[in-house]
Amino acid sequence: MKKSLLKIERLTTSFRIGDDYYAAVDDVSLTVNRGEVLAIVGESGSGKSALAFSVMGLHAHARIDGRIYYKGEDLIGMPAAKLNKLRGSEIGMIFQDPLSALNPLMTVGEQIEESLLLHRNGISRAQRRNAAIELLNKVGIPSPERTAAQYPHELSGGMRQRIVIAIAIANQPSLLIADEPTTALDVTIQLQILDLIKALKNDMDAGVILITHDLGVVAEMADRVAVMYAGQIVEIADIFTLTSNPKHPYTRSLLQSIPNSAESGSRLHTIQGIVPSLKHLPRRGCRFQSRIPWIEASEHESEPELHEIEPGHFVRCTCHLRFRFPDSASDAGLPPSADAYSINGEEFRYGTS
Amino acid sequence: MWKTIVRRIFVMIPQIFFLSLLVFLLAKAMPGDALTGSIDPNIDPAAIEAQRERLGLNNPWFIQYWDWIKNAVTGDLGQSFRFKMPVTQLIGERMMNTVWLSVATLILTYVIAVPLGIISGRYNDTWSDRLITGYTYLGFAAPLFIFALLMLWVFGFQLGWFPTEGSVAPGSAAGTFAYAMSKIYHLLLPSLSMALITTVSTVQYLRSEIIDTKQKDFVLTARAKGASESRIYNRHILRNSLLPIAAFFGYEITGLIGGTVFIENIFSYPGMGQLFISSISIRDFSVVTSLVLLFGIASIVGALLSDMILSAVDPRIRIK
Repeated sequence: MKKSLLKIERLTTSFRIGDDYYAAVDDVSLTVNRGEVLAIVGESGSGKSALAFSVMGLHAHARIDGRIYYKGEDLIGMPAAKLNKLRGSEIGMIFQDPLSALNPLMTVGEQIEESLLLHRNGISRAQRRNAAIELLNKVGIPSPERTAAQYPHELSGGMRQRIVIAIAIANQPSLLIADEPTTALDVTIQLQILDLIKALKNDMDAGVILITHDLGVVAEMADRVAVMYAGQIVEIADIFTLTSNPKHPYTRSLLQSIPNSAESGSRLHTIQGIVPSLKHLPRRGCRFQSRIPWIEASEHESEPELHEIEPGHFVRCTCHLRFRFPDSASDAGLPPSADAYSINGEEFRYGTS
Repeated sequence: MWKTIVRRIFVMIPQIFFLSLLVFLLAKAMPGDALTGSIDPNIDPAAIEAQRERLGLNNPWFIQYWDWIKNAVTGDLGQSFRFKMPVTQLIGERMMNTVWLSVATLILTYVIAVPLGIISGRYNDTWSDRLITGYTYLGFAAPLFIFALLMLWVFGFQLGWFPTEGSVAPGSAAGTFAYAMSKIYHLLLPSLSMALITTVSTVQYLRSEIIDTKQKDFVLTARAKGASESRIYNRHILRNSLLPIAAFFGYEITGLIGGTVFIENIFSYPGMGQLFISSISIRDFSVVTSLVLLFGIASIVGALLSDMILSAVDPRIRIK
């Protein structure tokens, strides 16, 4: 069996609201292997970024419980100096918003060089400069010498994201965490950036945690997918299984909500309601229950667990067993009728009867 | 960059013109003129009227303005009625004192503000921050003239550590080392009194800038690079937080003008501020209008200085 690069065990990240702590990441266990892209998918507020920030140790005021083993060493409770040796060299992070992720007062060259300066002992100024230019070249910046001397505001969003990537990969990390790397970019640039991340991953044989809410990105990139809802993982499977045989109602609803040009003109499926806020999250029972009110309460487990329904495919709660989409808008909230609508994701049309 | 500066200087010309017009009209709108008040009441009114005619005081206002501005440009700001000497010479004698006082105050302001602001911003919501913030609130609440009086009373009169008046010990010969030291010694208490009060806004500003910058995304990027906490502060947070402080430098000068007017009177320090108050009280108009014009020009130059500093330190502005 392949030795895992990153092993997260029972991670719980809680934030203080008032006098109490509320878990944004709740008892999450995951592994990431070398050369693998693990996508973490979920709506805004599902805890995906909080999970990534926990791995990087970027939370300033959070209570973190559990274990995060990177190459066998626990990152939690690691002294700052030791953690700083890993961050930026062994583990690189690509941030969501390239417009704000760069220091406006430093040239992009200086910002890339800083990564090198911090982790390569005794590297000379000239070597740093050359390495930075080489990195710019690697991330597809057309005229690296010129760009190195420019400030972030002089570059476009896509170029800036390339700079952010160059900073993250400056020291050939084994683990790359990409926190919604394409969210702030327009679609034409998104694909270029994804291709770049993929190429760099193959090049460095790195493990990648890709955080996104975009299922198109997942299909493009991921080897395995973890679906997060309200701080918990509700389903994990490899990409093929997840797209062909999704189980959890949340996963299925997400896949159902992708606009499809073949169905133009029909109503798009939407998931009712919103992710419950951290403070008002039910801590018992199935967390997705409030958003599928037409499913009887008895279908849910009282303490939903992750069940391995086939090798490598985990699903939380039992509500997926008899889940179906509502027949019509009026059905939502009502008890299911006797002859239930046949479940067929491809042909399902919301609001038609 | 030079283009920007030249353009800004051109903008200053109409600003100064309107300022001079405003100053002149305000002076004219005040009741009485140089020949009312301190003139011997036994003088024949016809003789006074003849003097008015001779001095051009009966001319329409725009002629008077033109005469005034024409002379002002050549450096002739008229005669002081009290001192019986040219205003230019009168102000010239005191200008350097005020400049030194302002420079000393500015230096002390930043010497106090930068470390306090950094401690307060970096360790916000700790006891040291609360202590510093408490001081800034006191500073905001305390009127400068009351605080300066207190300082003068305590350190000047009660403890006797500092001189209580003048800008230099009497009898020192200009140009000697003792003269320079005496000048500095006389500057210390007034400039410290002013700096302790004026610095609080800079402390608060720097504090909130640092707290603000701490939460910026690029700080996370720096952390994710593995930069140490001290490097993050020195390289990333401080530079970004000091930017607006540097830009505020020019406007600081405007604030100083108001401050020196109080401070010079309280410490009997012979500068422009003291001359200003005493000239107003005896209606020495030519001195007052000249001083207001100078203060106004200093403010405009201060604003220009701010723009220049900002464009020098912020690459985002430099390009334009």
